[in-house]
Amino acid sequence: MGFIELLQSVIPPALFFSAPLIFTALGGVFSERSGVVNIGLEGLMVMGAFVGIVFNLTFADVLGAWTPWVSILVAMVVSAIFSIIHAVASVSFRADQVVSGVAINFLALGLGIFLTKQFYGKGQTDMVTQPFYTTDIWLLSDIPVLGPIFFEGIYVISYISIILALVCWYIMYKTPFGLRLRAVGEHPMAADTNGISVTKMRYVAVIISGAFGGLGGSVFALTIALNFSHATIVGQGFMALAAVIFGKWHPLGAMGAALFFGFAQSLSVIGAGIPLLADVPQVFLLIAPYVLTILALAGFIGRSEAPRANGEPYIKGSR
Amino acid sequence: MNYEAFREVIVYENCEHYIQNIIEKQGVTMLKNRKFILLFALLLSLGLVLAACGGGEDQSGSDNEGEDEGTSEEGSSEYNVGMVTDEGGVDDKSFNQSAWEGLQAWGEEHGLSKGAGFDYAQSEDESDYLPNMTRLVRNDYDLVFGIGFLLEDAITEIAKQNPDNDFAIVDTVVEAPNVASITFAEHEGSFLTGVAAAMKTNTDKLGFVGGVDSALINKFESGFVAGAKSVNPDIEVDIQYVGNFSSAADGKLIATRMYNDGADVIYHSAGAAGNGVFAQAKDLKQKDEDREIYVIGVDRDQYEEGAIGDHNVTLTSMVKRVDTSVIEVSNQGLNGEFPGGEVLVFGLEDEGIGIAETNEEAYTEEIATAVNEWKEKIKNGDVKVPQTRDELKAFEEEL
Repeated sequence: MGFIELLQSVIPPALFFSAPLIFTALGGVFSERSGVVNIGLEGLMVMGAFVGIVFNLTFADVLGAWTPWVSILVAMVVSAIFSIIHAVASVSFRADQVVSGVAINFLALGLGIFLTKQFYGKGQTDMVTQPFYTTDIWLLSDIPVLGPIFFEGIYVISYISIILALVCWYIMYKTPFGLRLRAVGEHPMAADTNGISVTKMRYVAVIISGAFGGLGGSVFALTIALNFSHATIVGQGFMALAAVIFGKWHPLGAMGAALFFGFAQSLSVIGAGIPLLADVPQVFLLIAPYVLTILALAGFIGRSEAPRANGEPYIKGSR
Repeated sequence: MNYEAFREVIVYENCEHYIQNIIEKQGVTMLKNRKFILLFALLLSLGLVLAACGGGEDQSGSDNEGEDEGTSEEGSSEYNVGMVTDEGGVDDKSFNQSAWEGLQAWGEEHGLSKGAGFDYAQSEDESDYLPNMTRLVRNDYDLVFGIGFLLEDAITEIAKQNPDNDFAIVDTVVEAPNVASITFAEHEGSFLTGVAAAMKTNTDKLGFVGGVDSALINKFESGFVAGAKSVNPDIEVDIQYVGNFSSAADGKLIATRMYNDGADVIYHSAGAAGNGVFAQAKDLKQKDEDREIYVIGVDRDQYEEGAIGDHNVTLTSMVKRVDTSVIEVSNQGLNGEFPGGEVLVFGLEDEGIGIAETNEEAYTEEIATAVNEWKEKIKNGDVKVPQTRDELKAFEEEL
């Protein structure tokens, strides 16, 4: 297998593996940049996957080919509403944000499975009939060499996730809203003195993270799992959280980290078919993504520093 | 404005004001603290309750029925059979459902009704296994099935406590004089799927996606490879294990690679990770309707999972007939020939293993004929299907 063929078989899977992680990690960046730790990303993804699948199953006949797109929008809205629980607990009531996040994880999974049993009378849903499908991107897939690697047999949603990361970077670093968001996460008191409502900013940030988490979960469900059960989202939320930290709480960094995870995972699976790597015992390939992550964290990215006020509830007037 | 500036601002502008504020608000904060602890206790317990009570109604329902009717029937019918599900529940479209269907069929055959002669008890989690068993035994069920290897410990325990009752466990082996262990000859069924795949392939390349590299899944692998090579020794089988039974993403990645490398039929025995294989096959089919691409399902008929538009990518499935085994063992018990202490292997001979023929478009007459021929050969003992990789090697050398 030549190098080009290798890229051709590694990159498209890496992109579809990464997309849900990118969405969710961007949500995590928003929340944590505003100073609210969000362990609940996993739960938000579960909620998104559940809503996405149920909506898709229910409305597939009515909406036809548009079903998956509408499904992810609905999943975003519901997860955003769901994340308000986390916002209320950790911002208004100043609860321990880790505990609140864990509660979100429990609640989402419990609720999802409970409702699945109520709606369908069994522990898992049927497979959806209108998932996302891969396509060749118009015009771009005709580019020699690069076309087949990046634009053939690709989920459009993968590119939307990358574009969204750029948009998030712009919002966070080039707009007043982004400045306020970061200020609230670095030094809430200073922001407060300047007339920024810490509570409002943090609410908005957590709700955005809910929407993105729901988006990530529903995209995962509609591209990879195709149904909802207790085993649909198992750890992807935590991987996204790792991508947030790995990416130094920066939207583009988080995107890069998520792509890196996808690439490593894809390589570890596809490596089994590469002559050079075929003789390596499979267990080494299976652990490769995690080893690569540790190496990258330890060696290449330098110190990863959290927003100053991350995890601390803001109490007006305290110092 | 940058952070340093922010920090400076507070230093001189707000000292006095905020100190004042702290003193004033201290009381309020403490009150709020108590409130949120309460809120949290509530939230957490709500989550746990919801997680625990998924489908909980079923259980209470069956509980009552079981007890009411069980007691009223006490001693009247000569042989009562019960079953305890694992966490999947009685409608899991898999083992539990199949076992329950078998039990219902058996009951109807002998003129019994649910709660009077046969019944099930649903387990919501591990801690329910033993209590459910105990309840059925107390209600005079002579034979109790444990469905799935998860109930191994519970069966071992209860069989020791009730040496006069009969028990049976599906898919694993419990060594006790009053326990019948029901196992399946997965290698034989896999052999036949291998034959079907070899007949179907145009590229002479097949794929096998396993869950965890273990003795059980190696049985599937060896049988499948042996079946394919029996038809055409030149066929290549691409084998890869996911490493778990739950990661659909990894299943999809593996399937992507295999289909890219030219495999056109993939047999999966990877549980939920196999969903990823279906997802990828359907995606490729959607892109190019003429591409011949198939998945072979496992444990039950996975025809529904393969539906895509007017097509279906499920070539066939290797079906474990838990229902047949339940009927068989119940009948033996009824006739006083309960196979206690034995390890029963249900295979092709007693219809304990089957091949789904639901996809009539893909599973052609020709394939069916070939599969049936090999089936006869296995039944006659002409072909001995390998169960391990070593046996497979020997088998291939003989070809």
